[in-house]
Amino acid sequence: MIEFKDVSLVYPNGTQGLKNVNVTINDGEFVVIVGLSGAGKSTLIRSINRLVTPTNGSLLVDDEDILKYRSKNLRKLRTKTGMIFQNYNLVKRSNVLKNVLAGRLGHTGTLRSIFNMYSKKDKSLAYESLKRVNIEEKVYNRADELSGGQQQRVSIARVLTQQPKYILADEPVASLDPPTSHQVMTYLKKINKEDNITTIVNLHFIDMAMEYADRIIGMRAGEVVFDGPASEVTEKTFEEIYGRSIREDDLRGGTES
Amino acid sequence: MSKSNTKKPLKIKQPPDIYPTKTKAQVTIIFFAIVAMYLYSMNWTQRDMVGDITDAPANMVSVLGKFFPPNYSYWSNIWDEMALTIQMAVIATTIAAIITVPLALLSARNITTFKPLYYATRTFLNLLRTIPDLVLAVIFVGLFGIGLLPGILALIVFSLGILAKLISETIETVDMSPLEAMRASGGGTIQVIWTGLVPQVLPQFTSLVLYVFEINVRASVVLGYVGAGGIGQVLQSQLRYGHIAFPNAMAIIVLIFIVVLVIEYISSKLREALI
Repeated sequence: MIEFKDVSLVYPNGTQGLKNVNVTINDGEFVVIVGLSGAGKSTLIRSINRLVTPTNGSLLVDDEDILKYRSKNLRKLRTKTGMIFQNYNLVKRSNVLKNVLAGRLGHTGTLRSIFNMYSKKDKSLAYESLKRVNIEEKVYNRADELSGGQQQRVSIARVLTQQPKYILADEPVASLDPPTSHQVMTYLKKINKEDNITTIVNLHFIDMAMEYADRIIGMRAGEVVFDGPASEVTEKTFEEIYGRSIREDDLRGGTES
Repeated sequence: MSKSNTKKPLKIKQPPDIYPTKTKAQVTIIFFAIVAMYLYSMNWTQRDMVGDITDAPANMVSVLGKFFPPNYSYWSNIWDEMALTIQMAVIATTIAAIITVPLALLSARNITTFKPLYYATRTFLNLLRTIPDLVLAVIFVGLFGIGLLPGILALIVFSLGILAKLISETIETVDMSPLEAMRASGGGTIQVIWTGLVPQVLPQFTSLVLYVFEINVRASVVLGYVGAGGIGQVLQSQLRYGHIAFPNAMAIIVLIFIVVLVIEYISSKLREALI
């Protein structure tokens, strides 16, 4: 369970990233956070694994305040929260298997990882993860030889190999075309259901949010302005969240890539 | 241009030049100033020359005549010294390459986010680079006496300055996003650097180390000259014997020439394959 209790974040340059956020995310939920760029979606998601650190309030993950965490606890926290990025963040020169095994870093000692001494179990776990996103035939390809959609699937496999309790996906489909976007979202949803991994996804496409989310959280200017089940959401809700009327490019079905 | 002119709608009679007239005038002035400087300094250096430039070809023939033909039979005496010179370069480059790693990381802005440490390392490397290799050799020969050790130490310090600078600049250009992913999956600092950064810079790192090795082979010859061991020292002693030993010295020079060419060829082929 993740609980934001009156969390605020002010960046060193004075930008207000989050403003008095109060949100509770229950185990097993598939939550989509929507909002325009700059609304604080990324900041919210990155607070959970402490890639950024809120300046006020308390943020509980499994009943522990993670804002007090320092290096060792922080590694433990990050080991149980997997992350998926807009730009896949793979090591382009390394092969797919090595990239996927990076998901085991938090579980592996420094020396073992330096000499690539991953256990047999880890290696078969990595291969199984690649199979689950149907990209096992690329196991020895270099990451930069793959298409965007394939790279994002590799990064999902990396997260699966990590065996996290939570998955944070920061705009996972923003760099992909519509069919590939739906494929990636389908994998995320499937993993959420099959493995019961709590999943939080940032999106700015409203049609995708409505299609995949159990629950939608709307953000504007660092504040949570909507929080409710996806079934209650209409186009009107989005207009309120975005503070303007809905346009063609707010939809993934549109031609924008 | 008068004020009344600017208020009228601009009538273009001919297409505009790529550069404004003012810029053109400036560039022209700078160009002629530089040409004048060259002419003046050429004149100045001529004035200080001993003898006449017309004597130079004749002098060259008479000096070179004493060096030829090279005494190739002398080669059998200097294989060991030549090998020592190469070994010096190998050892120095290897040690420098190892010490470079932490220094390059500490002087890369994107890795060392703690500013004072970054500035301290960078200043240290800048200081290191201001010392010429020959001066380093003289200092170390003074400290440890004549031999290989001062030569190796001088080469280490010398190549460290270049290598750490070039590699830290390479590190600063890497894609930081994989490092973020490694951090997000719970990797420690060393794991993040090893898995996210090293694969990105390894080809350039190897290429730069080979390049510095080439420089070191040449530099170690020169360092031998001030007593830091190896072939340079033999060359210096032969030249000191006077005219009789000049064919020996020429044989040494030819050998160095061949060895340096071969090493550069191999290393450039290796570097091509890497990048």
